[in-house]
Order: sequence, then structure tokens, then C-alpha cells
Amino acid sequence: MSRFAPVPAIAQLDEGGVARPLSSIRRRQLREALIEGAITLVALTGIAAVVLIFVFVGREALPLFTSAEVHKEVDLGRMFLPQVWKVGRAASFVWQPVGTVPKYSMIPLFVGTLKVTLVAMLVAVPVGVAAAIFASEFASRRLREVLKPTIELLAGIPSVVLGFFALMVMATWLQTAFGFSFRLNAVVAGLGLALTVVPVIFTVSEDALGAVPRSYREASLALGATRWETAFRVVLPAAAPGVLAAIVLGFGRSIGETMIVLMASGNASITSWSLGESVRTLPATIAAEMGEVVFGGAHYAVLFFIGVELFLFTFTVNSLAAWIVRRLVRRMAGAGG
Amino acid sequence: MKRTLLALAALAAAAPSLALAAVTVKGSDTMVILAQRWAEEYMKKNPSRKVQVTGGGSGTGIAALINGTTDIADASRGMKDDEKAKVQEKFSVAPVETVVAKDGVAIYVNDSNPVKQLSPEQIKKIYTGEITNWKDVGGNDAPVVLYSRENSSGTYVFVKEHVLKNEDYAASAQTLPGTAAVVNAVAKEKNGIGYGGAAYAKGVKDVLVTGADGQGYKPTEENVASGKYALSRPLFMYTRGQPAGEAKEFIDWCLSAEGQKLVTAVGYFPIRK
Repeated sequence: MSRFAPVPAIAQLDEGGVARPLSSIRRRQLREALIEGAITLVALTGIAAVVLIFVFVGREALPLFTSAEVHKEVDLGRMFLPQVWKVGRAASFVWQPVGTVPKYSMIPLFVGTLKVTLVAMLVAVPVGVAAAIFASEFASRRLREVLKPTIELLAGIPSVVLGFFALMVMATWLQTAFGFSFRLNAVVAGLGLALTVVPVIFTVSEDALGAVPRSYREASLALGATRWETAFRVVLPAAAPGVLAAIVLGFGRSIGETMIVLMASGNASITSWSLGESVRTLPATIAAEMGEVVFGGAHYAVLFFIGVELFLFTFTVNSLAAWIVRRLVRRMAGAGG
Repeated sequence: MKRTLLALAALAAAAPSLALAAVTVKGSDTMVILAQRWAEEYMKKNPSRKVQVTGGGSGTGIAALINGTTDIADASRGMKDDEKAKVQEKFSVAPVETVVAKDGVAIYVNDSNPVKQLSPEQIKKIYTGEITNWKDVGGNDAPVVLYSRENSSGTYVFVKEHVLKNEDYAASAQTLPGTAAVVNAVAKEKNGIGYGGAAYAKGVKDVLVTGADGQGYKPTEENVASGKYALSRPLFMYTRGQPAGEAKEFIDWCLSAEGQKLVTAVGYFPIRK
């Protein structure tokens, strides 16, 4: 019986078992429904935003396939196959969209993006995962409390500041250390990128390692394994899905990062696998050239097509990673019993 | 309620000043410092006028003129035929070109580079990638490191058309977002070569360019005005149709004696003394 008001003649027990008047229950149910509806709407807005961005970018790139005028300048073949540009010279991949004969080969841009990402991942994965293992398995509590925020602080530095740092300081230092003939090259840009990727890999890996039950570690140590053996042979494999997810997140971050490569990579569209040469990446190309293009032209459509490529690439990588993580979890859950 | 009313009142008071139409000037990075000086002086002399200047490259300025987001487009290259056609198509009036200053494109090398003079032909061979070592032009035995501008830049297009004679830049030419960045890069790279508007050449040295008579000339005012310096170009302001209203007043002021004095102060060359 309610202490606060006389119980009306018509009453019901609500979900909590408290006697309430019918109208009050309806009001609460209505309010619940409204709040649920509002939250669902907000979530759907997020999904809608992603879909709409893809639709918009795709629509602006559509003239590549539908417009005859654009086809005169560029088509899929000319973007991906080597073309002969000078009579007597070998077929080559050239990206030089402004000129009497515009040249739109995607290959130098793909090679550039892959080279820079490769350097970034080669540095960031060992450093990030090792730091996560150290912070999670070996560091004292006080050290961990200093280490975690400091590395996460690195994530808070704006990428333009990191790009500026790479351009002004790292490039000169690396050139004197390694004797590159190009001062701005894939290694400089890759190392700059690694600075943004390491915090991503560290944070997610450290969370994954922390989620491994203590019983695993205690069992391993009880069986006579050393702390190193426990960390690398027991904890790390147990956290493998999370660490893999971290690596994929870092990969996605480094593919799409624009400002650092725009400032520190030299932006020369060279198709070669040498890491000491300047590179031009897909996102930097969009950033550098978007200001110039005239609405609706071939160059405009090609730049949006690059956006579509980046979208598809990230989507594929994320889906692949999710699939691998699912397989790993299933296999480990099955083996663990 | 009271606070909302107060806020609305403040906004209404501010509105007239927000509503003042500014003359927008957008485009060439080569001209941006000059345009800013012009705008500052003009607004000082005419306090009721507002001029808004942004850079972004000649291509950006011309694109803005076509899209209707700027009144005046600064350009360090001429408008292309298809760009002019687009303006005609959208606004039923042709774009009008006004020459406002002259510029020499300077070729920079690092201070420590022994090479002092280059002919336009040699510069072409270097930038198209035919010459890849400094020893082929009388320098050290070292690879040439090319620095260029992004393809949204009027300077890029000017060098491509007038120096490279419409051939492509070498793939190894690194592109940087502005003349100051090019100067910075060449200053740090002892085998570097770069190009840019003459007003920005601080910290590196200009290369003498061989003129028609075989002599080498620096990009000074006299050489550019007389045509002895081979790599000189006019700087333009484009408007949709003949300049009118506040835009016309601004452009007329830039062409006046006061405005042209500023051109020399910034480091370019006036079109009339």
C-alpha cells in the first residue's frame, strides 16, 4: 500500500510489484517507449550518416562510368594498366592530372600508400604490442599508471603537429643518420604515422591483455613457467583476438591518415618499392588536389573515386579482421572447452 | 526567458556589422601576401569597406569564381578555355582579366651549390628528369633532388607551359604545398632545386637564367620589366564580367600609384611606374 496517497479504487501492480494507478503506469510505459525510440533514432542516424556519405561520394564518382566526356580523359583501364605516353618509350604508370594530356594512373598512389603503411606497421606493431605486454604483465602498478596516460597522450597530439615535427626535425635527422638522397621519403612519413598508430595499438591490446583471466597466469606460473613464458606463451595467445583487432584498427588509421603524409612524404608519385624514395598516398592526393578541381570534371570524378577506393579498402580490411577474430574466438573457446 | 531575449538583442545589434558585404578575393598563393597587403591598406584608407583575402592556389581561386563563392579570383596563370567557357555557361558573361602586377619565377638552389647559372633548356631537362645529376650542368657529382609545387598552383602550370613546354614533370619531383615550403626544403637539401615566385626567395640563392642573348640574368625588377629575365609572367585578377561596384573600386585602387607602390614593397614588379 502506498504511503503517500490514498490508493485509488482502480489500481494495478506495475513491474516492480508496487500498486500504482492505471494512468501512472501508462505514462511510465509511454515515457519508456519514447526514450527507447529516441535512442534508436540516434543510433540509426549514425548508420544513416555512414551510408549517406558513401552514397554521396559514390555519386560524385559516377561520371567515371556514365559520362562520355569523362571517358575521353580517363577510364578504368587507363587508371590501372600501364599506358604508353611517349612514342618509343615503355608503358608506364604516371599520375599527372594537370596538363595538356591528363594522366590518371592509380598504381603510383596505391604503391605509395602501401609503402608508407608498411613502414608504419613494421614499427608500430612491435612497439605497441610490446608496450602493452610490458604495461599489462611486467610493470609495477605505479609505473603502469604513468605509462598508460603518457602513451595515450601521444594519441591526443593533432596529426598536423606530428606532421610538422616529422617534416622539420625527423626528416633532417633521418637523412643524416641514413644518408637518404630524398629528404622527404616513405620512411619519414611511415615513422610519423607510427607515432599515431602506436597509441591505438597499445590501448586496445592492453585492454585485451588485461581481460585475460588471472587464473590463466596463476596456472601457468604454478606449473613452473617463468613470467616471460607466461606472458608470451599463455597470455598473449589468449588475448590474440583483441590484439589482432588492435592491429587492424591501427592499419585502418594509418591507411586513412592524411596530414602527416601530406607534409612529410614529399608527394612524388613514384612507382617503386624503394623505401628511401618520396611517395604520394591516396588520402594526401585528395587533400592536395581537391582545392583545384572544377566541379564535374574528370579530375573531380577521379578524386571522388579515390575516396570510394579508400572506403572499400577500409571496409574490406575491417570485415576480414572481424571474420578472423570470430574464427579465433571460436577456435579458442572450443579448445578451452 | 530574459536571457534569451538578451542574447537575441545582442545578435540583432551585431547583425548589421555581420551583414556588411566584403569583397572576397581568393586564389593564387604567389599573390596572397600582395593581396593581403593591398586589402589592409585599402581598408585603412576606406574604413567602410571590407576585403577578405584567402589563398589556396590559382586553381582554387578560379574554381571559386566558377562556383560563385568569390568576387575576384587571383591567378598567377591565365584561365584555360574550358574554365572561361564554364563561367560563360553559368553566368552568361565572360570572365574579364586584369593584369595587376608582374612576377619572375625564380629558380632556387641551396646556398652551398656551386652551380650559378642555368639556361631555360637545362632547367627543362632537369625538371623533366632528363638530367639527373648535378655534374651534367657543371655542379658536384650528386643526384638532383627536385622540388615542385602541387598541381593546384598557378606557378606549377606556368613552369609546365613555359619552361617544360607542356612536357610532364619527372615522377620524382616532390610536391610541396606552397612557395615558402619549397624554399624551406631547398634550404635544407644541399642537392635540391626548386622554383617559386621571386618574392619568397629568402635563405636560398637564385640561379641566373640565361637570356636570349646568352647572358645570365637575375629576377630583378629591371630584368623582369624589360623582358631580359626569361621566366617572367603577369599576375591577374579575374572577375565575372567587367569589374563593378566595390570589386571595381578595389581593383582600381590596386592599379593606382599607391597600390603599385605596395607591389614593389612585397617584392613583385609593378605594371606601371
